[in-house]
Amino acid sequence: MLAYHFDIALRSLKRNKVLTALMVLSIAVGIGACMTALTVLHVLSGDPLPGKSAELYYPQVDPQDARGMMPGNLPPEQVTLIDGMNLLRAKRADRQALMKGGAVPIQPASSTLDPFYVEARYTTADFFAMFDAPFLYGHGWTDAGDGAHARDVVITRKLDEKLFDGTDSVGRTLRIGGTTFRITGVLDAWRPNPHFYDLTTGSYDYCEQVFVPLQTALELHFDYNGSNDCWANGTGGVEGGPYPSATCAWLQFWVELDSPAKAAAYKQFLVHYSEEQRALGRFERAPNVRLPDLMQWLDHNGVVPSDVRLQAWLAFGFLLVCLVNTVGLMLAKFMRRAGELSVRRAMGAAKRTLFAQLLTESGLVGIAGGTGGLLLALFGLWLVRRRPSDYAALAHLDPAMLVVTFALALGASLLAGMFPALRACNVAPAFHLKSN
Amino acid sequence: MDILPILATLRRHKVILWLLVLEIALTCAIVCDGVFLVTQRLQRMDMPSGIAEHELLQIQQAPIAPPPDRYARAQEDLAILRQIPGVLAVGMSNQLPFGGPSSNGNVMLSPTQPHPTLSAAEYFSENLVPTFGLHLVAGRALESDDYIDADTVLKSLADGSGKGFPMPMLISQALATRLWPQQSPLGKLLWLAPKASFRVVGVVATLARANAYNTATAQYSMIIPVHMGADKDQSYLVRTRPLDRQRVLAAAVTALEHADPARVISHTRTYDEIRSDYFQDDRAMAAILVGVIAAVLLVTGMGIVGLASFWVAQRRKQIGIRRALGATRTDILRYFQTENFLIVSFGIVAGMALAYGLSLLLMAHYEIPRLPLSYLPVGAVALWVIGQLAVLGPAMRAAAVPPVVATRSV
Repeated sequence: MLAYHFDIALRSLKRNKVLTALMVLSIAVGIGACMTALTVLHVLSGDPLPGKSAELYYPQVDPQDARGMMPGNLPPEQVTLIDGMNLLRAKRADRQALMKGGAVPIQPASSTLDPFYVEARYTTADFFAMFDAPFLYGHGWTDAGDGAHARDVVITRKLDEKLFDGTDSVGRTLRIGGTTFRITGVLDAWRPNPHFYDLTTGSYDYCEQVFVPLQTALELHFDYNGSNDCWANGTGGVEGGPYPSATCAWLQFWVELDSPAKAAAYKQFLVHYSEEQRALGRFERAPNVRLPDLMQWLDHNGVVPSDVRLQAWLAFGFLLVCLVNTVGLMLAKFMRRAGELSVRRAMGAAKRTLFAQLLTESGLVGIAGGTGGLLLALFGLWLVRRRPSDYAALAHLDPAMLVVTFALALGASLLAGMFPALRACNVAPAFHLKSN
Repeated sequence: MDILPILATLRRHKVILWLLVLEIALTCAIVCDGVFLVTQRLQRMDMPSGIAEHELLQIQQAPIAPPPDRYARAQEDLAILRQIPGVLAVGMSNQLPFGGPSSNGNVMLSPTQPHPTLSAAEYFSENLVPTFGLHLVAGRALESDDYIDADTVLKSLADGSGKGFPMPMLISQALATRLWPQQSPLGKLLWLAPKASFRVVGVVATLARANAYNTATAQYSMIIPVHMGADKDQSYLVRTRPLDRQRVLAAAVTALEHADPARVISHTRTYDEIRSDYFQDDRAMAAILVGVIAAVLLVTGMGIVGLASFWVAQRRKQIGIRRALGATRTDILRYFQTENFLIVSFGIVAGMALAYGLSLLLMAHYEIPRLPLSYLPVGAVALWVIGQLAVLGPAMRAAAVPPVVATRSV
């Protein structure tokens, strides 16, 4: 029966090529636009660490002065060096890491390469295990290395390929800003998007190539990147160093807590910590702590560019117009066949059969439109990738979105065919047979 | 043209009529709001920077190992740049209008104020007025004995002595008007921290911020005479004639590298590139919007062609009868054109209401002003034109139906 439906449907679609082409084109451009915008949105609002993100939290405490305090004020988005070190040393979480972005000059041993700057991350030992960073060779440094200001460094595969032709460089030395470091590990390709652990250096397309122990970097006065937020007379750095003063929040602190109970306990610990610091006179405000998990933190920071959301809405509006258009065209097409349908009804075909027949036709239009839409979406994403935006390179169609494309196209065309088919099946055969 | 018979006919085709009206209304709403959004973006891209854009070059460099004296190094580098033939002025700044990373300060009008009045860009800079080509509208320019080293300022703030303050500063006209409306800003004091006071000595006409996200506050800028040491976050600025830019830039890079081979020149750009980079997302968004507006009009046009063709085919016999009863070809043509005009007009009326609703929805979620009523006719005209173009083909086919059709039973 289905084969028969298909046969009739194909004949009918062929009979009026212009109308069929208009319907297919209408579905295709609607789906194409929608899928392009949805894919960009999907890629940008994705989970950077699936399976792990729910266990990662971003503790915030409020060390600001009492001046200008208002109820409901959020604590600073980063921590001060003092609070960061205190929380790090308290070791109340399963894992914890304090970090800051920066840039360092690399001086290659080979004379054929000029010195160059790379983006760097100054962090503490747990960073790699906590964020599931995959090692190609070697491993990170240890807690002891943090404390001893070890001249240890982890580099990325990209830098390893540039400097050591991709060979295992663990144990070799690397000159950074006039200091000799020992390579303890090489990270395999790893680029979480968005760059969740530090959103102050740009949310996408930011990739460190060198990881140095935080204390070592501070001791050597390596340059830092990203923002700092100061209050009172706080400024960007004195006492011989280029670092912000004690009344500036400028580092990121992350913890791993593998159960909600631990998270609740950790939040309690942050409150105790704030009270203790207030008793010591360092904090002036009542405890004001936050403990968002990774996805909440991304959401709070609105990392998805608002233009991308606007584009998705625009694409949905466009799809809606295309669908209304298709409904109208299908209605015209089906109504025109009132005569043919009446003959089939008169010869004993059930309404249900005719309905299935007409839906088969809309389904075929949907599949053709979906294929066209897919091609258009691939073209659209290619256009997006050619743009210089920081997220452009990420715009690729994944299998899930491929399935969504076809489901959307088929669903949309069946929906568009449903009403016209119902109306066409309900024709009065006698009237049409007589009038012809 | 008598429209009553047309209305009577349309009443017999309610479903298709409603679908067309709905489609036209949606299209009208998208076109009205879309055109408005495009205009907004284009206006943003035209935002003035206040500087001689086609004459400015930016060079950023970083030493491999920190020089013994960052301040002396910066002065040496500026002297080297000044000697390049074709250079009109050289300066140094921690940021540029629309230039990416920004430095901003919270402005207070008294040191004990609990909440800052506003946030404004802090241009910690040297020789900025001649290098940027800024227009001084009141007061005096900064002079060499106004400048102090950044370290001195930071130490003074850290030990709480407030030594060296109040410092002289220049502010933009927009900031002056916002802080002291109807008053002369010259000689007025403002604070960036309880111990950091500044005296306004001059006003420049326009100077945009590095992060000009918000049009209302985009021109709030302060120029502070501070010697910054040579480091990766400072920009050397070179002003030259537009035609000399590439030559001067190449000469500048060579001269700097020659002076100290152990440094990395990290960024060299003309200001035109900076502006183009900053507004690239607005440009792309405007292009996408124009594309969607065109596509949505095209789709609606195709829909009108399809449905009008259906109607013409369905009414072939009636058209034949009218022709046989004496209607001319023009009468038939006019009939379909008028019918289309009526349907599109219904759609436009609904579409304008929809456009307004959509605008309110957009306002709730994005920083977009309310849709000005003057944009509504844009959508109306676009749809009338598209409708008439789309219906022309089917209407001409209808007009070509010969009267003899009336005598045939299909």
